[in-house]
Formats: sequence, structure tokens, C-alpha cells
Amino acid sequence: MCTYQTHKIEISGSGKAKMGWISLKEAAVYVDHPVHLQQDHSVNIDFIDPARGPSARVAVELTEEAALALADAIHEAIAAAPPGLAAAGTRS
Amino acid sequence: MSDALRAETVTIKGHNDDEIEAYLARPLGDEPRGGVVVIHHMPGYDEATKEMVRKFAAHGYAALCPNLYSREAPGADPDDAAATVRAAGGVPDERLVGDVDGAAKHLNSLEGANGKIGVIGHCSGGRQTFLSACSLRIDAAVDCYGAFVVNDPPAGMPPTMKPILGLAPQLSCPLLGLFGAEDKFPSPAETAELSAELDRLGKEHEFHTYENAGHAFFAVDRPAYRVEAAVDGWGKIFDFFGRYL
Repeated sequence: MCTYQTHKIEISGSGKAKMGWISLKEAAVYVDHPVHLQQDHSVNIDFIDPARGPSARVAVELTEEAALALADAIHEAIAAAPPGLAAAGTRS
Repeated sequence: MSDALRAETVTIKGHNDDEIEAYLARPLGDEPRGGVVVIHHMPGYDEATKEMVRKFAAHGYAALCPNLYSREAPGADPDDAAATVRAAGGVPDERLVGDVDGAAKHLNSLEGANGKIGVIGHCSGGRQTFLSACSLRIDAAVDCYGAFVVNDPPAGMPPTMKPILGLAPQLSCPLLGLFGAEDKFPSPAETAELSAELDRLGKEHEFHTYENAGHAFFAVDRPAYRVEAAVDGWGKIFDFFGRYL
């Protein structure tokens, strides 16, 4: 099935796209057909900078297990670091 | 008859006379021929869709696929363009009809055009094929697993996916429907309901639902590809267009 449903959030970060490093302003998360992963559906995440056009996109297509493991790993990595170390606006 | 063909990117006038990109393939012979508008699936104006356009040309038709994402993502990779349009909620129905109309007019302006136009689309393009055939004067239409023609989409879907069964009285041409028995969108129940409504209205149609096939069984570059259904389906498409174009 095509789900068409997309969960969008505003984010702050950087990523490496085809054009090189770009600022990332939004993330879109959706479960739908992948372009490259060889299965019918995947958890797709697009990190984008809408101001720089459609090509300013870092895309991943993950299995459901991989996506959930990634979410857990993100929580664990942040919990293991000093609180607020990577919070928005921080510089050492 | 020569089997030579020419395939290239062209610019056509779409909805509101907007200039949009399109992929055109046509035989080099001078026999009169029908035109086929290919509506690409939601993942975009991609290699697999262009291959279908060339296949129609190899079978004697002039075929044209408008890039429905030209406006939002000119020059972008098909996957980046599709992600952008998806995030924006899809292609509005009115614009789609205008783009298909522009593609049909372009085909009919080409040397050798016999004035007959077929439309075919897969996935979201299947629904858009039905929409086009109910909104424009078309000679033959092929809906490959288009969902949300009859049923409301699940909550949270963009408004561009609203059902269009109410347009069925305006269906302007015979409709071939090719579906997978394992598909949930459209489910066999949904396509049966569409068939019953077309029966009631006396609209010519021919639906086939393939066992062991789900959504996107024509997609040669995806695991959903089902060779038996796809090969038989292509045969039915060429037989259908051969009768009406």
C-alpha cells in the first residue's frame, strides 16, 4: 500500500547531501515504499532544507526494526552524555 | 515497418499553460498512430516509468509522460522531487487534469497522430487515470491499482486523495482495470464496488484481479514485481489499446 501519511518536525542540524554539507531544517518520517531498499515498505526519513530546494535532502530507508533500534540508540547516546551537551545553541 | 524510435525530454504546456517537462517516445515510421499519456506513480518521473514510455513507442504508439513534479522540483532527481511533493500533500486534481490535457494535445499535434488518446497510470496514477477519463475526452483508459477512487483514505491522508466515484457518470471511454488480489489499497472489495457502479451506469469496462499479486506488481525494479501478472497485464494493455486507439 501507499500510505501518503507523513510526520513532519522542525529540526536543527547538518547533514551531507549530494551537494555537500547542508543545514537541516525539517525531518519527514513516513512508512511507505522505499526507492532503494529491496522490500515492499520501509521507514523513510528525509532530512531537508526546504529553502535550498528538493535536492537539499538526506534520505534514509530503514526496516522497522532498524528504525526502532536507531531511536533507542539515540536515546541511549544522549542519556550517556553529560546533560545538555549537544543541546541547541551550545558551544564549548 | 521500421522498429526505430526516438525518445527524449521535451517541454509541453500543462495546466494553466505552465511549461512543464515531459518524456516523449515515438516510432520513426510514418504510419498513423494513437497517443498514450503515461501518468507516473507517486515515486515520480523515474527510470522505470520512462522505460514504460519507450515500450509503448516500441509497440507503435507515441507516448508522453508529463513530469507532474516539474513545478515543485525542476531538474531534481525523481526521488528528491517525489519527497518534496509528498511533503506538500501531493498533486492537486485540477492541475493533474490540466497536465494530462496538455499532454494529450501535444500528442495530437505530432506528425502521424490519428487523434486517438489513451491514458494509463499506476498507483496514484491509477486514480488519476480514472479522474482524467472522467474529466476529459479520452478514447481508452487503463487504471493499474489506483486506490481511493471509491473508498475514503485512512485518516491523516492529504486532501488530494479524496474519492472520485461520483465522477463515474462522466467516464468518457472504455476502462481497463488491472489489480492485485493481495492489494489493500485498492482492495478487491473496492474495485468490485467500482465495477458494480460502472455496470449500473452502463459504462464499458474490463477488470482483472491477479492472484499472488499485490500493489505495484508491474514495477520491475521493486520486490512487488510479479512476473506472471505483469506479463499477462501488458498483453491485456496492448490488446485494449489496439482495439480503441
